[in-house]
Amino acid sequence: MPTNNDPVGNNPVGNNPVGNNPVGKKLCLSVKGLTKEFGFGRQKNVAVNKVDMDLYEGEVVSIVGESGSGKTTLSKMLLGLINSTEGDIYFQGKKRDISSYSKKQEYWKNIQAIFQDPFSSYNIFNKIDAVLLDCINMRGGRRLPQAKKVEMMTEACSFVNLKYEEMTNKYPFELSGGQMQRLMIARIFLLKPKILLADEPTSMIDACSRATILDMLMKLRDETGMTLIFITHDIGLAYYVSDQVFIMEHGKFVESGSPDDVILHPREPYTKRLINDVPKIYEEWDLTTV
Amino acid sequence: MKHTLQQIFRSPNFVIGFAIFMALILFVFIYPLVVPDAPLAIIAQGTFFPPGTYVSVYDSLGSTQYTLNLQNASAARIGSKVSDTDKAAIKDYLVLVGVPEGQIDLTDTQKLLEQWKTNYDPNKNISGVTNAKRNQFIRLNTSLQNANSDQGIVLASQDPTSGALTQTGTVKLTDYVDINQIASAKVLPLGTDNFGRDVLTELVSATKVSLQIGFVAGLIATLIGLTLGLLAGYIGGMLDDIIMFITNLFTVIPSFVLLILISFSIGQDQRGAVTIAVVIGFTSWVWTARAVRSQVISLRNRDHVNLSKLSGHSIVHIILSDILPYIASYVVMAFILQISSGILAEAGLSILGLGPRTTDVPTLGLMMNWAMIYQAHILGKWWAYFPILLDIALITFSLNLMNTGLDQVFNPALRD
Ligand SMILES: Nc1ncnc2c1ncn2[C@@H]1O[C@H](COP(=O)(O)OP(=O)(O)OP(=O)(O)O)[C@@H](O)[C@H]1O
Ligand SMILES: [Mg+2]
Repeated sequence: MPTNNDPVGNNPVGNNPVGNNPVGKKLCLSVKGLTKEFGFGRQKNVAVNKVDMDLYEGEVVSIVGESGSGKTTLSKMLLGLINSTEGDIYFQGKKRDISSYSKKQEYWKNIQAIFQDPFSSYNIFNKIDAVLLDCINMRGGRRLPQAKKVEMMTEACSFVNLKYEEMTNKYPFELSGGQMQRLMIARIFLLKPKILLADEPTSMIDACSRATILDMLMKLRDETGMTLIFITHDIGLAYYVSDQVFIMEHGKFVESGSPDDVILHPREPYTKRLINDVPKIYEEWDLTTV
Repeated sequence: MKHTLQQIFRSPNFVIGFAIFMALILFVFIYPLVVPDAPLAIIAQGTFFPPGTYVSVYDSLGSTQYTLNLQNASAARIGSKVSDTDKAAIKDYLVLVGVPEGQIDLTDTQKLLEQWKTNYDPNKNISGVTNAKRNQFIRLNTSLQNANSDQGIVLASQDPTSGALTQTGTVKLTDYVDINQIASAKVLPLGTDNFGRDVLTELVSATKVSLQIGFVAGLIATLIGLTLGLLAGYIGGMLDDIIMFITNLFTVIPSFVLLILISFSIGQDQRGAVTIAVVIGFTSWVWTARAVRSQVISLRNRDHVNLSKLSGHSIVHIILSDILPYIASYVVMAFILQISSGILAEAGLSILGLGPRTTDVPTLGLMMNWAMIYQAHILGKWWAYFPILLDIALITFSLNLMNTGLDQVFNPALRD
């Protein structure tokens, strides 16, 4: 049982979902027995299988697993974009209620996401200005003067090294994948949510832009203090950025804990394999720095 | 957007279809400006006048006469007066009196007439010829004599009181009039129909009405199909079950049967063109609804929709701005097909006699119906049905061509 192996030695959800952990951090999101099944009968596919996790405010948490292990499915459930088959999610100590669309909208004020594929994240018929304007409107800036809005958008763009003047009046297909993902971060910069779920935000772009995007995400987390759920298949990356790591195999968490415990002293063969798959640079870096 | 339009107009299929369709539309709108006659006015006494230019005989007598000496004029005149049955009868007679068959040439009318003149003798008794047959030959002889006459015609006017005739002029065989100088002439490019109405004028008006019916029917079908498809696909759950139940009901009852039943129950008096269009629209939305629903289902879990949700947009906003644009091209294509199937449905209904009320306006289906009832196809009056068939074919062909063109632009898998 992964949660029993929690290095912190504490599973607040088990006995007290509202409780704080010994260190004194507040519980932000906790998940209990979350399951998602697709299809029925012979076609049944358990994408996420009885997953438990506790996330504390301000933490960076990585969920690592190979392709098809259910990471995206889990994140869609956390976001409330798809319904779970079983299990509960507690948000800030209270059971999350997303039974109606307006309650979902209320929930989405707190949690935001950056999706795996930037090319499918944009509405191809809308100019990209709309994406940033929506954020200002959502944060109650609908009545702000135009100049103020432009100023906010310019600031958000410059945070991710984009020029607002170059972004305005353009359609998504006129941007590169890296620019698209940076614009997504600019969006988060304007929204400043409590929780950000980044689903392999760098998997579709080249290694160089990958590092920049990762830097920006971390900078944003440092500035806003948000909880960051970072989904990746790259265990080296997880080690580098996170406070907690969950290893996911076939919809289950097989191992979890602090990156030092999980990645430097893996017990599961699956984890070992994931570590071996990592390109050499990380491995050397890992062993020499720790 | 502009880019897509450019692509659409670079697709040869679309351009050809569009050109044919626009030509039809232009013709439909310009023709009434040139020929402002009422489409259902009965102008001819008699049925199925063949296509041609009809010149007033009275006016041509009164108009300036010119003398033209044309070589083949008399041959042509005789040729047009002696029908094929006459020729066959002449041959019969000639064979009976012993002219060898090799010498009889049915294509040379003039020689045939000369042979008749030398051989015919009304008093001659030929064995094996019945009385009736003999009388037929006598009648033939009289009419041939008229045809062969090289005398002019004397024009006379009658004194209203005494009844005495006074010669006012003669018409010689070499007299001609200029058709442009005749006060009254009527071009009937497609002749007249069984009621004596100008087929072309009727056809133009029918095309317009049929296009309107197709447009209204297509609009209604597309709107219903789109709305139900969007709701069922996006909202899902109970609503989806209910809508799919209704859709399945409509699917298992063939829509044309439903159309017949509804049109029949409406009754002849209530069936205007608009009513028929509405009925067609209400029975043909099913496939649009199904197709839209399945497209929406595949769209509703896309990340751009998720992002829109996370950005705080309402369901209506998401449907209108994140779903609808993605299926818009598809809906336009479905609409175009619905127009053409609406036109065909009206034609089908009308042929069965369940089309719009016959006294109001002509439709393509009604014209087919009339041509069929009055047996234009059996009598060989091609102008009363063939142009209508061609018109329906052109409309549906051009619409389908446009649709294929759009499909090639919007569906990358079909691009070459
Ligand atoms: N809508 C769906 N319907 C049916 N099966 C699905 C659906 N979405 C995901 N799955 C299945 O659930 C499993 C997990 O998919 P998921 O997308 O969560 O994987 P992932 O870990 O995100 O993979 P990747 O790293 O490639 O993104 C897969 O076997 C997939 O086929
Ligand atoms: Mg994924």
